[in-house]
Amino acid sequence: MSETRARQERFEILCMKALDEIITKEEKEEFDTMIQPSLEYKQEFEAMKKVREITRTMRFSTPSDAIWDQYWTGIYNRIERGIGWLVFTLGAVILFTWGVFRIIESIISNDHITLIIKLGVLFLSLGLSILVVSVVRERFFMNRRDPYREIKR
Amino acid sequence: MHEVNDDRSVIIRCKKGDIKAYNILVDRYMQRAYYTALGFVGNRDHAMDLSQDAFVKAFRAIKKIDENRQFFTYFYRILRNLCLNFIRDKKRHARPFSEIGETQYKRIASQESNPAMAFEMQEQKELVWAAIHQLKPDQKEIIILKEFRDYSYQEIAELLDIPIGTVMSRLYHARKSLKNKLEGVI
Repeated sequence: MSETRARQERFEILCMKALDEIITKEEKEEFDTMIQPSLEYKQEFEAMKKVREITRTMRFSTPSDAIWDQYWTGIYNRIERGIGWLVFTLGAVILFTWGVFRIIESIISNDHITLIIKLGVLFLSLGLSILVVSVVRERFFMNRRDPYREIKR
Repeated sequence: MHEVNDDRSVIIRCKKGDIKAYNILVDRYMQRAYYTALGFVGNRDHAMDLSQDAFVKAFRAIKKIDENRQFFTYFYRILRNLCLNFIRDKKRHARPFSEIGETQYKRIASQESNPAMAFEMQEQKELVWAAIHQLKPDQKEIIILKEFRDYSYQEIAELLDIPIGTVMSRLYHARKSLKNKLEGVI
């Protein structure tokens, strides 16, 4: 690392410590020695100090106590609703699958429908089943095992 | 017998399906969660929504949480991702001025005795707030954590999972960018 870069990095650390008032006596002396001959460092520190003086007096306003009282209820309701949706979806999937199965069954056992239509319905339902299984597997298993899913590609 | 309610024992109870135990964690961290989200999105309603969503997500993933680690460190990552996704999706972060009327912040020091002076200070804060919202997400995040949440360097390092040296360096660059944005204003 070049001397200039090392000096700059030291300045950054000492400058932050000085602004946050956690600088030790020895570090303060080192910092003063560092900025004394440099107008650029001195100006930068002074400007940052000004900004810091304003931000230190800024705080987010506090919401009313009633909001905190209702906070857990809001979370509980969301968790409960999530479970509700899951159970509902499960029921709907079971009923839908049963319905589709019965329709296919009635088509296959109907003597008035030609073989080619029956084959068509069979392949259609088989293809749909493969698609559903594939999507479900990708959604619930493969994505969870992908160690690079947080990486933006 | 006195019940132990540290993060570890509460997480273990949650893992056993005790949803009421989760209330203890929520009570403990709801304000930190809300203010962190507020720092990111700058709007009270959205901050409330996002922080609650993060708690729901954390509960759903409770079985994966390592009870030997601080809950908030794990929770913070969920909340941060939700907020960043929200900002990216809604592109609402570029309208801080319209939000300021809701007094998202207040002066903690005593009221200025001179009304003109007080107004000037308020105006300056609005400009600072607007400038903070224009920073890059990682710079804005570190400014919020340090300036508004008063976290120590060590706490920030744990939350962001970065070394203390990086915390100071990132904070320096964030403060420098903020200073540059405010040049000629304060």
